[in-house]
Amino acid sequence: MRTLRTEKLPLASAEDVVAVRQAVRTQAQGLGFSLVDQTKLVTAASEIARNTVLYGGGGIVEIEVLENAPRRGVRLTFEDHGPGIADLAQAMRDGYTTGSGLGLGLGGAKRLVSEFEIRSQPGTGTWVRLARWM
Amino acid sequence: MDRIPIIKMAEFLLVSIQVDMHDKLALTLQDDLTNQIVKSRARGVLIDISSLEIVDSFIGRMLANIAAMSRVLDAATVVVGMRPAVAITLVELGMSLTGVRTALNVERGMDLLRDALGEPAAVDGAHANAQD
Repeated sequence: MRTLRTEKLPLASAEDVVAVRQAVRTQAQGLGFSLVDQTKLVTAASEIARNTVLYGGGGIVEIEVLENAPRRGVRLTFEDHGPGIADLAQAMRDGYTTGSGLGLGLGGAKRLVSEFEIRSQPGTGTWVRLARWM
Repeated sequence: MDRIPIIKMAEFLLVSIQVDMHDKLALTLQDDLTNQIVKSRARGVLIDISSLEIVDSFIGRMLANIAAMSRVLDAATVVVGMRPAVAITLVELGMSLTGVRTALNVERGMDLLRDALGEPAAVDGAHANAQD
């Protein structure tokens, strides 16, 4: 697997979430993703980026454009050092929320991408990696 | 830009969301619209989202909240212009916008609002008159 491009963006505020959406869209467009594929990836990015800001107390995201011949894709890695998630299975379920949301964030984002991985430890933080290939 | 403009037209409020909204901006719009419905005694709210490239769970919830609040305040809400890619993504995300009336474009949305108020739709030169 070859890394074609990579960039890291901060996630500290609601405005940063918008900046991440736009950066992800630019990379997906550059790779020639269809409009539906772009929209799914950007929407998933928005859900996880919001979690990083709201529940993780802020963090960073790395946006990578990858080539795994013959496929190309965009991979996003979100990392925070917040309180973490005690029960990941519960957090992935639709309708589960600790905040004011609908609880569609994690499970919904997973449905929108080709690869989804989450690791978390209470007190240490949360790491989410997702990718969409074309 | 820290506010989405709300336009009053007769008994309706019109909103066209032209920017990628951050969450606080979406919440401000929700509050502003609710206040405006009461202040202007609006009977209907039309929200044009044709410029929105994504609707995630937060924006979706804002639309559902606006529809619910306006219903409680005796006004109808219609969301118009959702892009096909946005609709596909929203459903896959798990949001079906239950309780939110939608229309393909502004014209059909206005017809829906007039219908909701029991007024004849403004098509083919139809005129509103007082006969019942």
